[in-house]
Amino acid sequence: MMGLDPNIVDLIRDILSWALFIIGGAAVVVGALGIVRFPDFYSRLHGAGVTDTAGAELMVFAMMLQAPNWLVFAKLVFIAIFLGLTSPVATHAIAHAAWMTGFRPMEGPDLRYDGDKR
Amino acid sequence: MGRILVLVAALTALWLLLSGYYDKPLLLAFGAGSVAFATWLAHRAGVLDADGIPGGVFPGIFGYWLWLIAEIGKTNIIVARHALAVEPKLSPKLFFVPNPPRSSVGKVIFGNSITMTPGTVTVDLREDEILVHGLTEDLADVAGIKAMGERVAKIERRR
Repeated sequence: MMGLDPNIVDLIRDILSWALFIIGGAAVVVGALGIVRFPDFYSRLHGAGVTDTAGAELMVFAMMLQAPNWLVFAKLVFIAIFLGLTSPVATHAIAHAAWMTGFRPMEGPDLRYDGDKR
Repeated sequence: MGRILVLVAALTALWLLLSGYYDKPLLLAFGAGSVAFATWLAHRAGVLDADGIPGGVFPGIFGYWLWLIAEIGKTNIIVARHALAVEPKLSPKLFFVPNPPRSSVGKVIFGNSITMTPGTVTVDLREDEILVHGLTEDLADVAGIKAMGERVAKIERRR
């Protein structure tokens, strides 16, 4: 690697991947907190979105840095792409199912369901 | 016919990549058989059209992905702040966004992009507009989301 000490390269790789693992893990926890703390069904989906995108993808990126060879790296790239293509479809399927059955979200800063008494 | 060749090439590349076997004739023959079977199934199911093999979005889609990753990063931070705030100040709302992409693949890319950026979820996809649920007034940025749709429309035009 162009005269770089392999130990230093490994150290940099470990530091970067640990940072990504920790941020990704924090994103999963924050997403879970959002699911619990947000007020209604539709806003809870946004909490799940943090877990789906930042949480999952950052951990896959961290694993890419630890890949022992290019084959494993390429597989992880494909996992990242397929996760990115499928998780929004699942979220949309849930949101659309709720919408089609007539479930309406809370709206506005005072978090009222449509039809609640003012 | 061209689409079948593209699908066979893509499936072969994926099989070789995921298996990692390049010198075992029996396994390679099984791989060739499974590629042929999957292609036959796709042909029989009638999904070998512009929706099933969306060649038109390449290579523009890669640049779009990079841009989208940056957007996802930014909105993730906003939503994470709301999740951690002592008293979250939310003002959820439903709103319509125009749907600039014309092909069904473009519409799906746009709808999924809206869902992927935390803070906005695609609730209903219609012909000319998309019904979106936003977490706060700031995240329900119609002009910004419409600009995203125009980026998608630009990718599909480059065919």
